[in-house]
Amino acid sequence: MEAVIFYALAAIILISAICVVFLRRPMHNVLFMIIVMVGLAAMFILLHAEFIGMVQLVVYAGAVMVLFLFVIMLLNLDQIRLPNDPRQARTWIGVSAALILLFFLFPVLRSFIPAVSAPSSASDVSNTELIARELFTTYLLPFEVASVLLLAAIIGTVLLARKRS
Amino acid sequence: MITLQHYLFLAAALFILGAVGVMFRRNLIVILMSLELMLNAVNLTFIAFSRYLGSIEGQIFVLFIMIVAAAEVAVGLAIAVAVYRQRGTVDINQVNLMKW
Repeated sequence: MEAVIFYALAAIILISAICVVFLRRPMHNVLFMIIVMVGLAAMFILLHAEFIGMVQLVVYAGAVMVLFLFVIMLLNLDQIRLPNDPRQARTWIGVSAALILLFFLFPVLRSFIPAVSAPSSASDVSNTELIARELFTTYLLPFEVASVLLLAAIIGTVLLARKRS
Repeated sequence: MITLQHYLFLAAALFILGAVGVMFRRNLIVILMSLELMLNAVNLTFIAFSRYLGSIEGQIFVLFIMIVAAAEVAVGLAIAVAVYRQRGTVDINQVNLMKW
């Protein structure tokens, strides 16, 4: 049962990701990206990380993608056609380097990662409770620093996007 | 039976797709989206390891990656808006002032 769900989700995620990268209109890219995010959230839940799956759904599929949609809408990007000049040689070198990396990565993963099955999660504590306990004890300082980072991001965004008077 | 390898293969494929997108596309917004794809592939790796090693740390890490990614997207899109206002385009071949 887990295998069926995994392969179905993996197919959906990979096909949508290919659409994200290769479709020409930015609006379609964003819509397929939302499918990727939702698929990944389901994958996280399949991996017994329910809390992270829900955060993925809210933060990525919700907030981040709406931000992308807003910018595309504000800039009227959907009507902009980039000129159809041929890509430079270094683009193709980069793309082929990435594909070569893929074909190196697979044998390496196959030989170094043992094909173990997952340990049964027999814990009676919920996933959210476990994360909360770690986050507010061991990782309390990074958690607080993250809020400073978000504040900096808010101020930076407002300053960057503000209209110059 | 689904093993750790399966998840890592999927994450590797997603990461490479994102990398290809960053190098292949010229629209700044789509490049940012491909970056998100790569970050999500890393998140999947973290969660898979967290499950198969029976440790919660991976999930904590993913939470922090999400925070950083959200900040990065907000600033990146603000830069895209500023670039569009300045140059009237989001084609990165037209925005090459700081490129060697």
